[in-house]
Amino acid sequence: MLSLQPRGYISTFWSWGSPVLALILTAVISGGIFAFMGRPPILTVYTFLISPLFAPDGLASLAVKAAPLIMMGVGLSLAYRANIWNIGTEGQFTIGAITAGGVALALPDAPAWALFPGLMIAGLAGGAIYALIVAWLRTRFNANEILTSLMLTYIAQYLLVYLVTGPWRDPEGFGFPQTALFSDAAAGPRLAEGSNLHLGLVLAPVIAVAASLLLGKTVLGFQLRVLGQAPRAAKFAGFVENRLVWLSMAISGGLAGLAGMFEVTGTQGQLTTNISPGYGFTAIIVAFLGRLNPIGVIPAGLLLALTYLGGDAAQISLGLSNAITGIFQGILLFCLLGSDVLILHRFRWRPRQAAKPKGATA
Amino acid sequence: MNGPLLRLNGIVKQFPGCLANDHVDLTVERNQIHALLGENGAGKSTLVKIIYGVMRPDEGEIIWQGENVTIQSPAHARRLGVGMVFQHFSLFEALTVAENIALGLNDAKDRVGLRDRIVKVSTSYGLPVDPDRTVHDLSVGERQRIEIVRCLLQNPKLLIMDEPTSVLTPKEAETLFTTLRRLAREGCSILYISHKLDEVRALCEAATVMRLGRVVAHCTPAEKTSRELAAIMISAELKPASERRPAPVGGKPRLVLDKLTMRATSEFGTSLQSISVTVRGGEILGIAGIAGNGQGELMDALSGETLAGKPETVLLDGVPAGHMGPYERRRLGGCFVPEERNGHGAVTTMSLAENAFLSAHLRGALVKLGVIDHRKTTAYANSIIHRFDVRTTGAKAMAKSLSGGNLQKFLVGREVLLDPAVLVISQPTWGVDAGAALAIHEAIIALAGEGAAVIIISQDLDEIFLLADRIAVIAAGRLSEPVPVREATLERIGLLMGGVSAPGSDTAHAETPTAAVETAHA
Repeated sequence: MLSLQPRGYISTFWSWGSPVLALILTAVISGGIFAFMGRPPILTVYTFLISPLFAPDGLASLAVKAAPLIMMGVGLSLAYRANIWNIGTEGQFTIGAITAGGVALALPDAPAWALFPGLMIAGLAGGAIYALIVAWLRTRFNANEILTSLMLTYIAQYLLVYLVTGPWRDPEGFGFPQTALFSDAAAGPRLAEGSNLHLGLVLAPVIAVAASLLLGKTVLGFQLRVLGQAPRAAKFAGFVENRLVWLSMAISGGLAGLAGMFEVTGTQGQLTTNISPGYGFTAIIVAFLGRLNPIGVIPAGLLLALTYLGGDAAQISLGLSNAITGIFQGILLFCLLGSDVLILHRFRWRPRQAAKPKGATA
Repeated sequence: MNGPLLRLNGIVKQFPGCLANDHVDLTVERNQIHALLGENGAGKSTLVKIIYGVMRPDEGEIIWQGENVTIQSPAHARRLGVGMVFQHFSLFEALTVAENIALGLNDAKDRVGLRDRIVKVSTSYGLPVDPDRTVHDLSVGERQRIEIVRCLLQNPKLLIMDEPTSVLTPKEAETLFTTLRRLAREGCSILYISHKLDEVRALCEAATVMRLGRVVAHCTPAEKTSRELAAIMISAELKPASERRPAPVGGKPRLVLDKLTMRATSEFGTSLQSISVTVRGGEILGIAGIAGNGQGELMDALSGETLAGKPETVLLDGVPAGHMGPYERRRLGGCFVPEERNGHGAVTTMSLAENAFLSAHLRGALVKLGVIDHRKTTAYANSIIHRFDVRTTGAKAMAKSLSGGNLQKFLVGREVLLDPAVLVISQPTWGVDAGAALAIHEAIIALAGEGAAVIIISQDLDEIFLLADRIAVIAAGRLSEPVPVREATLERIGLLMGGVSAPGSDTAHAETPTAAVETAHA
């Protein structure tokens, strides 16, 4: 029978081969689901994954969706390297959007040179401070950050709903749950005239490169890596775990807040009740698909951005629900986690026979 | 029925690089409490794992009630009538006592009426446990009772107890002894593993003493003094004094511990109790002791991984450092080599250069403006590799690609080359081949010669007698007064290791049988 054996080492080939295998498996499985639904599987997968790239403005739309995913994925890859499991980026994204949006609404007449940097700082600080609540709960009360960061996400989302349906609602908006439009100055510089290509598109890869240098070259990055790989050795070296928890929550939360700021100022121009199609959660898949490597996060972010475009394309041209975006992402994460088994294990055929009990050490 | 309950003939078990059991014979009679005595690494655990079916012997036969048997698995051993209480319990804290016991049963049908049987067995043997309590709320002694009751429910004929008193208070230990005596009377033999001499003398009718995988004596403990037992158990041979370097005189105190007291941080941990000692420059202090008597806790307290309450309890070169973490202590000249290489002293998945950086970046000045100085780090790793003859492909090699001995040389070298004022090494040559051990010993002696204070925490008495100027023994979290190596006898050290804390000149009978058991039960 087929059995799984530990390799005893980390396979470099499968570290990077696993995401590719996962993508192929995901395409096959979702093709199977389409076939089961009575749709032509190859055409549907093509429509979902390939056709958006050739649509007019396809690449521009891809970049706009990828930017927040990459920013957040980079922050998460730093935190996850240190075994600090921030899964509340969706909430930090939302708070960053709220703080930046609030500043933009409060200062409608501010000049662009002053307003735009201010918005960036507001978004960054909002997300970071919100994430620091999680750090505080963990370092002070030893509360599990997975739970607290997730729960704070829901609080952030309800805060947004409260603001845009209550105090911040546009008085001239016919009662729609949305704020007034931000000033033109708040939108920041454009990469091409009249497009929605905002500054975040350039900033995202720059942040990824900077994070890669931080992780590989600096003492701080070294500390994060040691904490993740051997917490006892980190203690031995005198690296203070709590300080690293604060720092990596601040970085991952800050980048999520910045992503939220660019999303609402750069592409949407106002706050509404649904500013994010789940970017914060998708960023978790991005971080893992990118092997927790800030450079690897760039292609991973582009791929997951494609699943959002693909969902729209499938809805428009095939009449499928755009819920297939979530289904596809779910299958992808599932296949990725499954394929990652191959990094530490290999398959072997073994004749059907009772396994000899292996002796433990004395 | 006649004949012994269990007889082992010529049991051999070979592990890579170590003969754990070398033709071991053992006979346990019916109704007998039989002690298996020996230091750590003597082969006791391997032997009982063979009896309990966890491992199979390479050679030799097991004769159970007159029949030659091959014990396939622990389940098979339980069916034969062998029960075992491990030193560390396997209980689910969130479940009740009855649920925990139900989980350990071989057969689902045994669960019928389980609660009543638990109550019946536990009360009849004086082991009161409430089947409906959650394990989370129980003391360590109560948890041990669950394990014993779990075994008794299977009506064992032989109960193996692995160092049962190491986690108990003296009073709990007394209760346990009463139960064990009663069990023996009623037909359940007991194989009692321990290194606590007084306990064994008080409780056991027969003893088998092991040393380095071999049986060195069968005896009746009550007829021996603790000293005699210690002498049989301990294996060191004194080196002639002429081979030793001259003892240093009058160095300045570089490390002073003043009534260092620290509560255990984990359930099976040991509290440190008022440890006071002064180590001078040029001196090597050896700390002997049987594993689990506070060595790990002492190492953490010295390195700063756990902080002492008061700064003055630890003085590094005269500076109060009890409140300082590892980083600040290194600044004061402290360097440390922990016992566990993998994941503590070294990050196995990182390169040797990165591992050199791990603890040497401060004293080795390997950082420039928050950035790792790769050139200097690699150069430092290479200098360790050359000076200590570390067999590796280079500084880029992953730590886990090295053999244990080579990695140990690297880790010792990493600290020694930092010119420490105080060097603390736990188990300097654990699992290291003879050549590497020699290199490490030479480095330690050379460092002391340059004026550093060195502390060696080791279970290897040969090593301690070879290197140390003075020897102290840690037992149950207390450190004995250090004695100069010339005055230290094996007998004296052995008694201290066996938990007999008053090795006076008269007799070793002064202590109560449970004096050895005062481990921290905080």
